[in-house]
Formats: sequence, structure tokens, C-alpha cells
Amino acid sequence: MKIKTKIAALTGIVSALLICSAVQASEYEITQEHKTFKQNGEKVERLQVKVGDTVAFRNGDRFFHNIYSLSDTKNFDLGSYRKGTARSVTFDKVGLAEIECAIHPEMYMEVEVIR
Amino acid sequence: MKCLKNMRGSGRMVLTALGCAALVVLSANAKVDNDPYLRPEMVPAPADNAPNEARVELGKALFFDPRLSGSKWISCATCHNPALGWSDGLPKGIGEGMKELGRATPTILNTAYNKLQMWDGRFRSLEEQALGPIQANVEMHKDMKALIAELKKISGYSEMFEKAYPGEGVSEKTLAKAIASFERTVVSTESAFDRWRMGDDHAVADEVKRGFSLFEGKANCSRCHQGFNFVDDGFHNIGLKGNTDQGRFAKVPVKVLKGAFKTPTLRDIELTAPYMHNGAYKTLEEVVDHYSRGGDMKEGLDPNIEALNLSKQEKSDLVAFMKSLTGKPMDITVPHLPN
Repeated sequence: MKIKTKIAALTGIVSALLICSAVQASEYEITQEHKTFKQNGEKVERLQVKVGDTVAFRNGDRFFHNIYSLSDTKNFDLGSYRKGTARSVTFDKVGLAEIECAIHPEMYMEVEVIR
Repeated sequence: MKCLKNMRGSGRMVLTALGCAALVVLSANAKVDNDPYLRPEMVPAPADNAPNEARVELGKALFFDPRLSGSKWISCATCHNPALGWSDGLPKGIGEGMKELGRATPTILNTAYNKLQMWDGRFRSLEEQALGPIQANVEMHKDMKALIAELKKISGYSEMFEKAYPGEGVSEKTLAKAIASFERTVVSTESAFDRWRMGDDHAVADEVKRGFSLFEGKANCSRCHQGFNFVDDGFHNIGLKGNTDQGRFAKVPVKVLKGAFKTPTLRDIELTAPYMHNGAYKTLEEVVDHYSRGGDMKEGLDPNIEALNLSKQEKSDLVAFMKSLTGKPMDITVPHLPN
């Protein structure tokens, strides 16, 4: 019984650590539809994430998008990619990142990175 | 089908009394109202510069007035000539001292609907844009302070500014607002393509219909040329031979923007040759050939562009479609300038 209890306790700890780790590094998906950033089908203007979280940008339009940010918080250029494909970026610093499509500058959203 | 056009406004109420037949027309009209290929009747304007007759009249006078340039010889209309599709018919514009500029003069037609202005999108509004060329050394080369002082001395202008912008005075800001107000009146008129979209099947030839199918399909044109104004408010490197102009990249240093320029409108396209930001092509046939071979410079080429290998017939259909986008030029009278 004692060994079983220990195993159960260890399993619980491992599970808790896994859950904890999952919470610490979440993944989000933002789609681009009709030249608009959307999350779960709704227009998104600001997404709040934690340090270490990853955001995937999926192109849902029939033309190419090129997602980038020149912000100090995260400076990146995902390049141009076609419909149905996604590219990801991990946010590793607290702050505000302004996200745009280089090809279609009307597309704009912010990612707020917190601890 | 003319009635459909008229129904786009208040005429809709009249038809509701005409019974079932009218209902059929009404449903067609709903389709027309939602058609992204037809120009919205409302022209957008900022809240602090709602258009009115006095503002447009002042803006028109300023637009045609060469005293806005350092040489007192170049007006906005010198390059944006209404007789030449609100452009100049040249591969590249001509500025101060008759020197050629780096880029073609874009038409001001439908610029009211643009989200960004200029080939590289460096201005966000027509108000911002209006002040750029006046002060640019290579274009109109006029000192703004000197211009405002000179305009204040012209009593006719003082009266017009007061009528248009009561209490705001003659200033850089009111000058820009007035010119922008006039430019917002320069919009495309109904073309054969529009009449076809509104239900008149005989408004265009079959080649136009085939061309439009190609435009939206095999030829991929609508990846960039979208909606009634055939723009995406976006920036693309279209692979023009010998182009060294960095375009949008100078403003936004992201790789894909090297040599990228704003998608121009296709409205009244027959009137605005030559084409492209550097006036590279004299005819629409040359333009279609360019896209059919997938551009010339492959380095930095926008990924939306790929070789199409269009047949002779397909090219001809595409040109016919583009020509169907030209409407009757708006009537314009040259203003008497105030003294």
C-alpha cells in the first residue's frame, strides 16, 4: 500500500508539473481572414499572452500574407506564406508587440506579453 | 436596367407599391447594394473635414492654382490633369525645373477610398498627402510659411477660406483640408462593367465576361486588384525589369517590401497610360504580357505573381475586361482663380 501510495503521489506530481508546464507555455492560433486578424472567428485587436507562449499565424485568405513586427518586445518577420499554412513566433519578453502584415498594412493587432 | 441604377437611392420606395414584379426587382437591387464591385455611393471623409460646397470650391481653386508652387508655374493639376485621367500621360512626372521625377504620377481618381496615399503609402490621409508635393523640392518646391503669407494677401482667398472653414483662418491645415475636399469629388463614374454588374447583360461583350472570369480565376489578378476600386491597399514587387527603386521598403524595412509599390486602381485604366510606378508599359497589352510571363525580375518578386502562360485569346479578353472599367469622365470646369 505504501509503495502504491508513493507511486500515486509521484504520478500526481508529474501530472501537476505537466499541467503547470502547459499553462506556462500556451499556444495560440490567430487566423488571417479577409485581411483581418481573427481568433476563433472573431476579430482580435489585442491578444494577451505570457512570456514563453507561442502564437501561430494561419493564412485563411486566397492570397499571401507576411506577418511581422518591428517592436522592441519582439522583432520578427515570418516571411510570405500561402493559404492554409501557418508560421509561429514565441514571445520571450514582457511588453507590447505591434503585429502587421507587410503586404496589407491595414492588418494590425497587438500582442501584450505579461509574466 | 436603368431603373435598377436609379433604385440605388430613394427610388426603392416607389417600386414597393408595384406588387410582385417589383419584389423580384427589389431582390435584385439588394444584390446590387451588396455588390463589392460597385462603388459605394458614400465617399469617406474625416469627421473634422466633412465636405461642403464652399470647401470643395476652395479646394478646386487651390488645386488649379500655380501660385502654390515656388516657380508659380506648377499647380496640382499640372501633373494631375483632368484631361489625362487626372494624371499626366508621362512615364514619370515632371517637377521643379522641368526635371523628371523618380516615379509616375498616380491618378487621383478614387483616392478618397485609399487607406494609404502615394506609391509607397507614406501618407495616411488626403489631408497629409496634399501638403507633400507642394513642399517637396523636386516637385512644387514651395515654402509653406511663404505660401500661407501669400494666400492671406489675396482677399478672394481669405473670403473663400472663411466661408469654407469659419474661424479657422488661412493655414497649412485649412489648405490641406480644402484640397482634400476637392479630391474627394474625383470619383469614378458608371462604366459598362458596372451596368453589367447591375443586371444589364448586354452592357458588355462576351470577351469582357470571359476576361472578368480570367481576372478572378486563372490570371490571379484579383489576388491584389479587389473590390470596386480594384485595389487591396497593399504593396507588391511585381518584378519590373531594371527596377532599382526600393519603394515601400524605404518606409517599412521588411524584406518582402523591397521594390514593392501600392496596388493602383484599375478604374478608368484606359485614360491613365503609361502603366506601373515607373511608366514601364505604354499599353494594357504590354501589362498583360508582363503578368503572363510572371514578371521579369525574379528576385524579391511578390509570391502572388507566377507565370500564367495565357493564350492570345485570354490576353485579349483580359484587356477587353479592363477597358470596360472606364467610365464617362466627370465634367470639370476650370475655376477662375481669386485675386
